[in-house]
Amino acid sequence: MRFIFKTEYDQDIRLVKHGGHLFWYGVLMLLLLAAPWLLAEYWLAQLTFVLIYSLAGLGLMLLAGYTGLFSLGHAAFLGVGAYTQAVLTNAGLPFVLALASAAALSAAVGFVVGLPALRVKGVYLGIATLSFGFIVEEVLARWESITGGNAGLHIKKPILFGWRLDSPESFYFLCLVITVVATLGILNLLRAPTGRAFVAIRDSEISAQSMGIHLAHYKTLSFALSAGLAGVAGALYAHQLQFISPDQFNILQSIDLLLMVVVGGLGSVHGAFLGAIFLIIMPQAIAVLKDYLPLFVAQAPGLQGLVYGLVLIAFVLFEPMGLYGRWLKVRTYLQLFPFYRQGLFKRQKSFQKSDRLK
Amino acid sequence: MQILQLVISGIAQGCIYGLIALGFVLIYKATETVSFAQGDLMMLGAFGGLLGLSLLGFPYWLAILCAVAGMGIFGMGLERLVIRPILGQPAFSVVMLTIGIAYVARGLITMVPNIGTDTHNLPVPYKDELWRLGGLVINVEQVVVIGATALLCGCLYALFRYSKLGIAMQAASQNQLAAYYMGIPVKRLNSLAWGLAAAVAAIAGLLLAPITFVHANMGFIGLKAFPAAVVGGFGSLPGAIVGGLVIGLVESLAGFYLPEGFKDTAAYIVVLLMLVIKPTGLFGEKLRKKV
Repeated sequence: MRFIFKTEYDQDIRLVKHGGHLFWYGVLMLLLLAAPWLLAEYWLAQLTFVLIYSLAGLGLMLLAGYTGLFSLGHAAFLGVGAYTQAVLTNAGLPFVLALASAAALSAAVGFVVGLPALRVKGVYLGIATLSFGFIVEEVLARWESITGGNAGLHIKKPILFGWRLDSPESFYFLCLVITVVATLGILNLLRAPTGRAFVAIRDSEISAQSMGIHLAHYKTLSFALSAGLAGVAGALYAHQLQFISPDQFNILQSIDLLLMVVVGGLGSVHGAFLGAIFLIIMPQAIAVLKDYLPLFVAQAPGLQGLVYGLVLIAFVLFEPMGLYGRWLKVRTYLQLFPFYRQGLFKRQKSFQKSDRLK
Repeated sequence: MQILQLVISGIAQGCIYGLIALGFVLIYKATETVSFAQGDLMMLGAFGGLLGLSLLGFPYWLAILCAVAGMGIFGMGLERLVIRPILGQPAFSVVMLTIGIAYVARGLITMVPNIGTDTHNLPVPYKDELWRLGGLVINVEQVVVIGATALLCGCLYALFRYSKLGIAMQAASQNQLAAYYMGIPVKRLNSLAWGLAAAVAAIAGLLLAPITFVHANMGFIGLKAFPAAVVGGFGSLPGAIVGGLVIGLVESLAGFYLPEGFKDTAAYIVVLLMLVIKPTGLFGEKLRKKV
């Protein structure tokens, strides 16, 4: 067990709390930097996808995990980012400019969607974002002069300051840099007054309001930031796949994103990454598993959905804090060994408190 | 004439949305949670009817009865098995849970050999019959949908308005703890509400089946019932039906008068407008939280 002796107030908000943090995240960074030489091309592509999904997950985590606003249409922001990037890149705009526009446009759309969020709560917000997701998908499919409709859109390779990123390795490094910057940005945001305001809104709107937090401002800000991050992820997603079509940004993708943050662990930055790893590994694991299943089960198109559903149910029932929560328990067990108690993280049982009178 | 025709088909479609929305509202009214699995319960109900009619060769009324009763029991079992353990958790947990249930239901159905992945015809006695009234051609399937919806709506309204059970459900939805103190068995009521909602979903599925066929993905229509429930005001039974009718009519008319693409999104545009203008819906209750 580690006891940190605090001698100054800055230690409370420092990103690196102790030497162990520095060491382990340093090792992780080194491994990620060395990944192109360690992994085969296929796994490098999967790792790139993990980074891209983590970006989108970070955005959704900020919104759902830290501000307590649930979006069932987050794939729409991903789509707006992807299409903006594709259209602008194909028009010959440099990568950085296109990426900035993708993020800005997504954030603007997120701001607009955030407006109804000021009036509606909980389930209503879920349905509002769900509706918005459907509308965006339809617009992408119908606005053929720009988006190419259901036939989809090809996208050129990114060119960064005159340097063509056409190898998987260089694109991986690009994603890595953007993800690291975004993660540090989010961590920094969360320890700043803005992030604290988000968390206060999540925990109790009335208390937050009483403490002088401007709900409208912070809620729309959260939506815009979250959508902006999803837009960046969408732009990278488009480059990685090199081909986008409206059905990649449908309700199932939105639910995948939500599944990612729930499985990863709501309310933790780690959760976004763990969830992304889970989301990418899962189909591979199912493919491996298929060889051992009876034929009529293995051939069923719904197998993946079934496994996703079971995993989701299992996490909500048994591990509401997600993978990160599980890791916390394991870590606490090791730290307290042999004094870990069974009920240390037990949920309190209670009847439901009404949301209706909010 | 044409507009009347459109209105009738819109109403029939709207009744289906309304029936699914009734399921949402039942669960919301009794337990204040939202079930995203309602559409897939409907799909299971339709497959249940198919099982009775085509495979076991039951007569029509018996098959319907079995499917509805079976789904009711299934709903109660579902509540007991997965919903009750997270009683009292934030509403969003239940949303995620029901999304999970929906995935599982869809996945399991596709695994039934030979049946799960195909599209089926539900052999009902009133299949493909037409009534001609003047210049109007009315599909009997649509009339059955409208009639059954009206009947069901009346029954449920009476249940919540006059029976002890319904009033207890309303009490439990407003404050579970207080209801428990008043001697209402909250957990059993929740179970009953889920059973009822699943039975209503099964009825919706059986009514929809002759119009659209039975297949594993028919539950996605449930996503259009959300707008219906919101437009009517979540938590209002007549609201669910009216909302469903509004959505059905708008969709039917938009499909004819507006350019392509508006038909599928009309429901969502309506609900977004509704949320901006009047978030509580047409029949919603206005309540303020007091600190």
